[in-house]
Amino acid sequence: MANEQKMHEPFIRIANRDNISFAKKVCIRIASVVLALIIDAVFILFVTGLNPIDVYIQIFRGTFETSLRFAWAMRDMVALLCIGLALAPAFKMRFWNIGAEGQVLMGGLATALCMIYLGGNLPTPVLFIVMFLTSIAAGAIWGFIPAFFKANWNTNETLFTLMMNYVAIQLVAYSTNILRGQASSLGTINMATKAGWFPRIGGYDFTLNIIIVAILTVLMYIYLKYTKHGYEISVVGESENTARYAGIDVKKVTIRTMLISGAICGLCGFILVAGNKHTIATNTAGGNGFTAIIVAWLSKFNTFYMLLIAFLLIFLEKGAIQIASIYHLNDYIADIISGIILFCILGSEFFIRYKLIFKHSPNAQKEVRVND
Amino acid sequence: MGQICIFYKKGHFYQSKVTVKIMEDAIRLVNITKKFGSVVANKDISMSIRRGEILSLLGENGSGKTTLMNILSGIYYQDEGQIYVNGKEVAIRTPGEAFDLGIGMIHQHFKLVDVFTAAENIVLGLHEPGKFNMKAVHDKVRAICEKYGFNIEPDQKVYEMTVAEKQTLEIVKVLYRGADILILDEPTAVLTPQETQKLFTVMREMKKDGKAIVIITHKLHEVLDVSDRVSILRRGEYVGTVETKDATELSLTEMMVGQKVSLDLSRSEPKNRVKRLEIKNLNVVNKDGVKVLKDISFDAYGGEILGIAGISGCGQKELLESIAGLQLTCEGSSVEYFAPEEESPRQLIGLSPKKIKNLGVALSFVPEDRLGMGLVGSMGMTGNMMLKSYEKGKSFFTERNDPKQLAEKIKDSLGVVTPSVNTPVSRLSGGNVQKILVGREIAANPTVLMTAYAVRGLDIHTSYMIYNLLEEQKKKGVAVIYVGEDLDVLTAICDRILVLCGGEMTGIVNGPGSTKEQIGLLMTKSNKERNVK
Amino acid sequence: MTETIIAWIFRAVQFGTIIMFGSMGEIISEKAGNLNLGVPGIMYLGAFAGFASAYGYETSVENPSRLICILLALIAAFAAAAIGGLIYCFLTTTLRANQNVTGLALTTFGMGVANFFGAYMLEGEVYTAAPVSNSAFQAKIPFLSNIPIIGNVLFSYGFLVYGAIILAIILHIFLNKTRAGLNLRAVGENPATADAAGINVTKYKYLATTIGAGISGIGGLYYVLDYNNGIWATTGQIEALGWLAVALVIFTTWKPLNVIWGAYLFGLLYWFYNFMPTLFGITNAERTTSLYQMLPYLVTIAVLIAVSIRKKKESQPPAALGLPYFREER
Repeated sequence: MANEQKMHEPFIRIANRDNISFAKKVCIRIASVVLALIIDAVFILFVTGLNPIDVYIQIFRGTFETSLRFAWAMRDMVALLCIGLALAPAFKMRFWNIGAEGQVLMGGLATALCMIYLGGNLPTPVLFIVMFLTSIAAGAIWGFIPAFFKANWNTNETLFTLMMNYVAIQLVAYSTNILRGQASSLGTINMATKAGWFPRIGGYDFTLNIIIVAILTVLMYIYLKYTKHGYEISVVGESENTARYAGIDVKKVTIRTMLISGAICGLCGFILVAGNKHTIATNTAGGNGFTAIIVAWLSKFNTFYMLLIAFLLIFLEKGAIQIASIYHLNDYIADIISGIILFCILGSEFFIRYKLIFKHSPNAQKEVRVND
Repeated sequence: MGQICIFYKKGHFYQSKVTVKIMEDAIRLVNITKKFGSVVANKDISMSIRRGEILSLLGENGSGKTTLMNILSGIYYQDEGQIYVNGKEVAIRTPGEAFDLGIGMIHQHFKLVDVFTAAENIVLGLHEPGKFNMKAVHDKVRAICEKYGFNIEPDQKVYEMTVAEKQTLEIVKVLYRGADILILDEPTAVLTPQETQKLFTVMREMKKDGKAIVIITHKLHEVLDVSDRVSILRRGEYVGTVETKDATELSLTEMMVGQKVSLDLSRSEPKNRVKRLEIKNLNVVNKDGVKVLKDISFDAYGGEILGIAGISGCGQKELLESIAGLQLTCEGSSVEYFAPEEESPRQLIGLSPKKIKNLGVALSFVPEDRLGMGLVGSMGMTGNMMLKSYEKGKSFFTERNDPKQLAEKIKDSLGVVTPSVNTPVSRLSGGNVQKILVGREIAANPTVLMTAYAVRGLDIHTSYMIYNLLEEQKKKGVAVIYVGEDLDVLTAICDRILVLCGGEMTGIVNGPGSTKEQIGLLMTKSNKERNVK
Repeated sequence: MTETIIAWIFRAVQFGTIIMFGSMGEIISEKAGNLNLGVPGIMYLGAFAGFASAYGYETSVENPSRLICILLALIAAFAAAAIGGLIYCFLTTTLRANQNVTGLALTTFGMGVANFFGAYMLEGEVYTAAPVSNSAFQAKIPFLSNIPIIGNVLFSYGFLVYGAIILAIILHIFLNKTRAGLNLRAVGENPATADAAGINVTKYKYLATTIGAGISGIGGLYYVLDYNNGIWATTGQIEALGWLAVALVIFTTWKPLNVIWGAYLFGLLYWFYNFMPTLFGITNAERTTSLYQMLPYLVTIAVLIAVSIRKKKESQPPAALGLPYFREER
């Protein structure tokens, strides 16, 4: 009767995890980062022959060696975080806004144009208000277009927003070509007058950036969790049918949320140009529009987790730049290191959502509860 | 070689060792258990399926019939237990392996690729030897259709097909693969009586060929009509198997529900009937351009329960959603609402659910798709209470205190089993989910309460609780509309019953005094042309 | 005038070939339901591995054989890119990570790997070249290419240009006329149905994504060894090309035959600015370059919108595109 050769129970089966304790979740996440650091260490060791411990010390120094470095890390972190905050409501609504890069650039472009054409003609507070308004309007328009088509014709927003990035990049390229005239690059705007530059606070140009994003982090948390808008976003994200059932106007919520998402991206462009770069170029957003997608996704739309992940990524980037300069490597090593970390964190989500059941596992539960 | 058989007789189980020729069984299941998270869908089930017979697998919704058959067809893998096919122990890890063993399943929710043609769907996943030749496939499909009298055009795209055509295609697909163990999951749910008879003829034909056939159903007359043996599941557990010739509707029902069904539901005489809704000439065309509701006209009164009967998919969903403002209707359709203490009625057609709510129309709706429409699965009870009330007040922020209190109240009064009012409702069992939904809708103090399949998949206890809640609402003067599938229940609790068939209204009968047969006749009255010939 | 047009077409075809490979790979992947936004990263991997192996061979051997150059470069490019696809597929199919996010991470990673290791070949220079391989990849068809005009327009390209066209036709036949092609499309349309029909969904997803990535990688290789005249430099150019390849997939409504003309049209649009002054007498072109380079994206958006408004079933993205599949999910 026994039929050994035909009988192969699957070795591993996968089942949904119903509940997972917070501690276990944290452990899995930490384990994934540790695993990534080990893979990175092996990589560094084999490719460069350097002692990974020394390298990690250098990575640490990249952010923490001096207060200036720390300040720079904060500056770059808030830029990334700001975009992540912008994406959170869209993603929570299950609207794949891959177009943050373009929305940021449009905001930045609007800011730069204000600085060039209005700088010196308007009193400073008015200038800032105009810059602020035009930048968020520019970002919002870039968010509105795909949302409008998604809401009315269910046009695929992932692909649409992706394309919009390049339209924005080319627009910025065009504008800078016009603006720079015969010069080889646009250069710093209003170098002499500093019109439209954020005031220097505590020794840094970008202090205001940090303050703005810090406030925004709290506001976005509240917006998503405690407001009627936030509630509507959650319902639409969960099920459009439920939303319609509850009398929520899905079209309106889609468009409104993308206006907000785009506007915050535009705001990010504003603070990047006014508080940091003081110029505009196709690389002003620097790929943060894409990285922020990962930040927003991994944090599950919780703005405080977002802070942690944004910090981790910037910490790695700064560290990679540091080791690149110390050991004469090029700083693309940052992309490799963060790529590996992202792969590991993305993969670790699986172990939070599912559990593996091994063949003849001793913990196979015998006790059963009958379905109601 | 002995096999343990369990007999069920007069409410008691008897076990005895009987010697059976193993080869007689096409499939033998031994101690199959399958869990989904903490929910046990199948518990320790042992049964067998024989060649040359039609076996009915009978059980209420949620009794684990489909799960068990999905294990056989390789969609799920059992947590515990063994499967023997032709006496050999096998592991069916994938549907492909099931096919290789000759097991073919026709799923209740069609497994078809919309943008493919019929023929493409049929050959999907096959490993026929030789060159891939669509023309040969077409010929073979036509041959099968001819043999059994099906009408399927191999070139037709699935998205252009009617439901009945899709069903036929599924059967042709399995036949094409030469399966000799066929599992049909509620194949008659979408068919007319003629189509059903046609299908039964085909099944008998296949039986003669020596195939083993399992039909999953909860319709007793079909069980008695077509099958040789009946196996019964109840709440995930195996109850027993009986020869059809020894069974009656009553004996089967007893085994299915586990206790004598006494539908002695109290139905009070309607008092103070007031007109609440007047539906006139309601016509609905769905996305695919098919007319799903034709000239529906009726009134609903406060203080009565209006039942809506019909085979599922006959327009019940569209009817309720039209009233709730969720369905686009054709021109000329009219749904008028008569508010208490108001002279003139209000037209609801053309209004969104929000506008209907803002007009002060107290309409409550328990939709069929509980977690996909009525509730938000990832939110707790509190969050779900807010679905109705989150907009209240001028504040930009949501108010969570009242919903929380309401959640606690419903939890206590209806006995919802949940760790806390913040536990995502998708983690709760079907009965508890429905209690939350019905509780919330009733708490809104409606004047009209619509429910769609309110007791589907629920145990008897919860079902009775829901019936009683509806009765209470009726006594309070609410106009209750109850879409149901169990005719016994419909005739027991409803004051009037509207019957739908193929989107048409085939009659309204009084609840008291009407018989199942009478309603059943109306449910199948439609003249609509169907495709299974 | 004629010369300008010929030059324009020539450039357009070359440009089109890069994104053709990128798109064809992505079409296969998307037909299996995997929206792989890692195409730019994958093309980087292909470009780097292809160039590095050819360069390494060329510089270490006295008389490098052009055939070996070609074979080495092709195999290395395909393999490196396929590994990229494999990482993506492992994360999204086996570990069920989100496709968009994984793809973007892969783009970052691929760009990092290519430019980091690429720097080792540069040895401090701004660029480095592999002339033998370049000549092998750019070799024109003998005799035919000497025919005036026709020879220039049709027969003066490296072999990969023709390879791309042939591959597009093969893909068309594969997807529409073979059993495996039918099964693959079913996986992307409705994995539950494919699964119930006995198709190994996981296997198809893996094969499609890995082979698709390999093909995309050839696009990167073509960029370096032919289009860019065999010159390697640290660049961000391939990223833009990768996104253009994704755009082309949409533009063609997931049909390989459309890739052929779609890619060349994109090429014509992209290089429009360069030939505009002589052809149409429009001056001041240099500043407006960017506006013309925006055209392929705008055209793609237009197609995307038109397809969604017309709702023709056959032009829609694969129905399960971007969605994970888990058999026991319920």
